[in-house]
Amino acid sequence: MFGEDIVMLSRMQFGLTALYHFLFVPLTLGMTFILGIMESVYVMTGREVYKDMVKFWGKLFGINFAMGVTTGLTLEFQFGTNWAYYSHYVGDIFGPLLASEGWMAFFLESTFVGLFFFGWDRLSKVQHLLVTWLLAIGTSVSALWILIANGWMQHPVGAEFNYETLRMEMTSFADVFFNPVAQVKFVHTVAAGYVTGSMFVLGISSWYLLNKRDIGFARRSFSIASAFGLASVLSVIVLGDESGYTSGETQKIKLAAIESEWETHPAPASFTVIGFPDQENRKTDYAVKIPYVLGLIATRSIDEDVKGLKDLREESVERIKSGMLAYDNLQKLRAGDLSAKPAFEAHKADLGYGLLLKKYTDKVVDANQDMIAKAANDTIPKVAPLFWTFRIMVACGFTMLFIFGMTFYYCATRVADQKRWLLRMAVWCIPLPWIAAETGWFVAEVGRQPWTISGVLPTHMSVSSLSADQLWFSIGGFALFYTVLLIIEMYLMLKYVRLGPSSLHTGRYCFEPRSAH
Amino acid sequence: MFDYETIRVIWWLFIGVVGIAFALTEGFDFGVGTLLPFVGRNDIERRVIINTVGATWEGNQVWLILLGGAIFAIWPAVYATLFSGLYAAMLLVLFSLFFRPAGFDYRGKIEDPRWRNTWDWCLFLGGSLPPVLLGVLVGNLILGLPFHLDQDLRAFYDGSFRALLSPFALLCGVTGLLLTTFHGALFLKWRSEGVIHDRAVLAVEALGPMLLLALAAATLWVFVGIERPEITQMAANDAPSNPLNKTVIGNGAGWFGHFMAHAWMWLAPVAGFAGLALAWWLGKGESRMGAFMFSSLGIAGIALTVGFGLFPFLLISATDPRSSLTLWDASSSHSTMLLAFWITVVFLPIVLLYTRWVYKIIWGSVTEASVLKDTHTLY
Ligand code: HDD
Ligand code: HEM
Ligand code: HEM
Repeated sequence: MFGEDIVMLSRMQFGLTALYHFLFVPLTLGMTFILGIMESVYVMTGREVYKDMVKFWGKLFGINFAMGVTTGLTLEFQFGTNWAYYSHYVGDIFGPLLASEGWMAFFLESTFVGLFFFGWDRLSKVQHLLVTWLLAIGTSVSALWILIANGWMQHPVGAEFNYETLRMEMTSFADVFFNPVAQVKFVHTVAAGYVTGSMFVLGISSWYLLNKRDIGFARRSFSIASAFGLASVLSVIVLGDESGYTSGETQKIKLAAIESEWETHPAPASFTVIGFPDQENRKTDYAVKIPYVLGLIATRSIDEDVKGLKDLREESVERIKSGMLAYDNLQKLRAGDLSAKPAFEAHKADLGYGLLLKKYTDKVVDANQDMIAKAANDTIPKVAPLFWTFRIMVACGFTMLFIFGMTFYYCATRVADQKRWLLRMAVWCIPLPWIAAETGWFVAEVGRQPWTISGVLPTHMSVSSLSADQLWFSIGGFALFYTVLLIIEMYLMLKYVRLGPSSLHTGRYCFEPRSAH
Repeated sequence: MFDYETIRVIWWLFIGVVGIAFALTEGFDFGVGTLLPFVGRNDIERRVIINTVGATWEGNQVWLILLGGAIFAIWPAVYATLFSGLYAAMLLVLFSLFFRPAGFDYRGKIEDPRWRNTWDWCLFLGGSLPPVLLGVLVGNLILGLPFHLDQDLRAFYDGSFRALLSPFALLCGVTGLLLTTFHGALFLKWRSEGVIHDRAVLAVEALGPMLLLALAAATLWVFVGIERPEITQMAANDAPSNPLNKTVIGNGAGWFGHFMAHAWMWLAPVAGFAGLALAWWLGKGESRMGAFMFSSLGIAGIALTVGFGLFPFLLISATDPRSSLTLWDASSSHSTMLLAFWITVVFLPIVLLYTRWVYKIIWGSVTEASVLKDTHTLY
């Protein structure tokens, strides 16, 4: 019903601005916890160097935080500006989650972030520590609410369509809150944030150690980062596997696409480590497979089968046909014919599948076989990008597991400074957590296509009634502002990383005599 | 607990509270930003000005975020129609807000005068553009927006960006800017000493009459020059939300008639004008806190005047009156409103408590000496 270009541009804009927001989010999530840990050590031991650590890493955190807030504002606006029909259709469920995030998280982090920076002389040690932890808790609570919202989009529970108001309405807040998809998403994503913070501190500390400057400062930061990092990367991997398992239960198509599992093979399914998915012919070329593993990940058993995309597509065909009946009876109901209600209720769960046809015919009920086949094809996302991005994320995860494992081991044996190859590797691997997080979101969000709300609301229905010019205007604006801001942010980040703790002007660190002022 | 009709009214008030909290707190941040390049003549003076709001602007901004979130939760149709309809205007608001976080956080990070001067002007834009744009928006809420809903309740906007800039809306934009700048000047006066304080008083003195005049002109214009639609028939106040189940005529008894019909509503404009006039009167003199409090009362009064005037409308459609959204037929479901109610009842006091604590900790005049003492930690 809308030009494909409007839908494409809206998706591009949302995807890019969200990915951009997520450049800053994980660092905030991780850094606030690391700052909390460092400051706790300071309060317990009373040693000044830990206070300096909080202040210096805090400066870098502050540079990042400003961008997190700037880009978060965009997303808050964007549901209304660009996904107006979506906002109307699911606002009853989605809105309260976003508002809760405001009440419980944004106020907490944003109110205390000022005191974190300006409160050093005005608060007692313990009070300041409390402020730092409240900031850290605020960021994680923020992640909790937004991921419940996002989890609901992946697996919409606790809500029902209301034919009188023509939208989804919440039926059980508890179901929405305790949505299993949301829970695993939350733990996987915040742990990803902790990994990001750890890798950042680890890499920069390694660089100081390689340059033999601020050794005491760097070594302590390094050990905290490697211990926290190891715990976090282990959680990410274990919980990533958990994500795979919940997807296996709730989002079969996504999982099958990630694995490029075209056919349902007899159990236990094998895992394709690498291969070349071929969407058109629905097969994977040159696949290297490990037997049993997919079955284990997706079903936690070796005797259940994992459904392949071809079978899943057949299921979509059935649901689309049922969705047409739902749509037909909905029109009758709205025209006042209450006798259509039982039939509507019977097919209501498939209404979203009926809406998939809106792309091909406005009336839906008059769809022919060809249109149904096309809509069913749409339910299978593009396999190759999902297949590859997923593997990039996993590769990043295992590489970081190796790094944190080694650094932790050498810290424990007190020889980390001498392992120059490892320090160098830690510096070079600073970008890995970002790559993993961005590819992770790509998998989660692109894998949900063609839906914004899985099985309920197709993406092409969700957009606002805009023109392509309007979208180009906004995309141009974002491109301009975001590029300039990113350059400034990176410049400041690098400047302060180079200055190191001397930027605190305490007189105790490398370079101080020269830049004394 | 509360029936559907009651909770709809309660939430109408709550959103008013959040909106007023936003106008009061971020209002003075905007004002301080607007005044920054004029009141501060050199770097240290400007640092003093920035640090009067430095520790708290971020928390204040959350009122805006929450306002967006609350409208999304309580009136999803309003959120959808308003934000997508006024697409370009909303994005301009957003872009102008971009200047602030980076301006506050990055300005002090490099010593170079050119760098700092550039950020000062960015903070000026970030402080002055949003109130102008939001003022224009309020003007258009009163004029009504050109939009309609189709059978699926999808909103279509039938106007252009240029059409938003009618003379009346522009007057509202100017009024918005005067309002925040006046309020900001009073805040700045409260928290500074010496030259900054004195220049802030001058600003208060000059801006007060301009503001009152602009407000009076806008009020008069509304009463004599703008039509107000009237609902002729609609479903019960506790019916499921569907805006298309009503009939509306394009012109009713008018805005003045609306206030006359509900005489108690006059309290709002009276509080608005009296509060701002007193704030001006006291602000020229010695008063710090008192003047600021009266200006807060005035802003609350003005916001309530707009809200009362629109009641029960939230968004008036100028082209298809039937599509207008009201608090009776554009709200979320009964259970969602109750849920959001309890969350708010619990968290609003908590937020107010810790915000108060933070203000208490950082309170005190900001002076050149205090900025220089903490030169490496302050903005
Ligand atoms: C997993 C975590 C996560 C995810 C998926 C998102 N955010 Fe975010 N957001 C945060 C985690 C976060 C944070 C950690 O709380 C931030 C990031 C950096 C920061 O400064 O706070 C933040 C900041 C932030 C702000 C500024 C808040 C403030 O002033 O304190 C807003 C308005 C949003 N976000 C809104 C959104 C929306 C509408 C999203 C959905 C698309 C979204 N964020 C995705
Ligand atoms: C910050 C982390 C996030 C990232 C990096 C991210 C990434 C993406 C990407 C890449 C797309 C485009 C998908 C496509 O066009 O194929 C997208 C779409 C979308 N995402 Fe996310 N997302 C994030 C968080 C969220 C959250 C938390 C929500 C909701 C609470 C959300 C809601 C949406 C919506 C509404 C769309 C547009 C419709 C669509 O194309 O599916 N996203 N996101
Ligand atoms: C090494 C093993 C890993 C596995 C098995 C794994 C698994 C997964 C899976 C299955 C998803 C998709 C969830 C969905 O469809 O909703 C996902 C998403 C994601 N992954 Fe990973 N992941 C791993 C490592 C990492 C690492 C190292 C990071 C970052 C540091 C990361 C960050 C993310 C993010 C941010 C998302 C999107 C949010 C979400 O859906 O939870 N992952 N991961």
